[in-house]
Amino acid sequence: MAETDTHVEGQQHPLGIYFKIWAWLFVLSTCSYMVDYLHVQGYLRWTLIIIFMLAKAGLIVAVFMHMMWERLALLYAILTPPVLVLIFTALMSSESGYTFVTRTIFFATAS
Amino acid sequence: MSETVVTEPGGPSPRPTGVEGFVGDWSSDQRAFKNVPWGKAMMWIFLVSDTFIFSIFLLSYMTVRSSTTVAWPHPSEVFALSFGGEPIPLILIAIMTFILITSSGTMVLAVNYGYRKDRFRTAVLLLATAAFGAAFVGMQAFEWTKLIVEEGVRPWTNPMGAAQFGSTFFMITGFHGFHVSIGVLFLIILARKVWRGDYDRGQRGFFTSRKGNYEIIETMGLYWHFVDLVWVFIFAFFYLW
Repeated sequence: MAETDTHVEGQQHPLGIYFKIWAWLFVLSTCSYMVDYLHVQGYLRWTLIIIFMLAKAGLIVAVFMHMMWERLALLYAILTPPVLVLIFTALMSSESGYTFVTRTIFFATAS
Repeated sequence: MSETVVTEPGGPSPRPTGVEGFVGDWSSDQRAFKNVPWGKAMMWIFLVSDTFIFSIFLLSYMTVRSSTTVAWPHPSEVFALSFGGEPIPLILIAIMTFILITSSGTMVLAVNYGYRKDRFRTAVLLLATAAFGAAFVGMQAFEWTKLIVEEGVRPWTNPMGAAQFGSTFFMITGFHGFHVSIGVLFLIILARKVWRGDYDRGQRGFFTSRKGNYEIIETMGLYWHFVDLVWVFIFAFFYLW
């Protein structure tokens, strides 16, 4: 066993932190549901949705998937590529805006 | 970081942490992920590719929703459910979200008890996770049935507004539900192996590991938490937006 010195115990942590994060996930999910239930609209709605979503995702990846205890070599290799999706999002956002404008100009009577 | 570096008296000095450790790991020979078993590294890399698949689904959804000139149906009303009284908006989706979070919690406990070599608790928690996952898929089946049979939603049309609503809904939730179903299947397989003590004896076979090694449970956990993670984004962008 060549790896004996490095990972023989694996990711073992006290149970307390899991229960704490579990509770937080419930609280955050309730919050994001309340955004819809209380009919929050406009930019406040979108901001709250994004904040609660990122907080939940962050807690799951950091604690439940043990990313906060991993070495940076793995953390950067896994977490940086998905960030590039934001560039794709920007591209498609501008593209769909263009499609919308052409549709309103050329199919105005059809819809 | 400190937990992952184990020093032995007289052994090699501990690996550096932080940026120095990052550069050291990547420029070293043999392997970049020093204290990560290969199965877990491969699962992470699979999850990155799966992230791109779901990203592309959600991106296409964003593109068709913001480019259509027809009004988009209100998810809040479409997914409302009434229990005899006033319809409660999005209630089924909220319950599904809570079920998935609960299953994530039982999964993380299973990983922990696996590393403690507590066979009984690990197997029970894995089965509980599978049961919550199955409940989730069941509720999704109910939701689909309601939408298809009662509301008349099809991938190419729906009575509430933009036709793209149906296609993106079935595509995104269908693919996610498929992931959950596969997860349930593997959870049951692993629970059976843990229960029999395959990992204590180092039994040879499908998805087994070295003797006394329960890291496969953590790898399974990564997949399951990822399914929960994807649902966080679907819930935010498809149901709440």
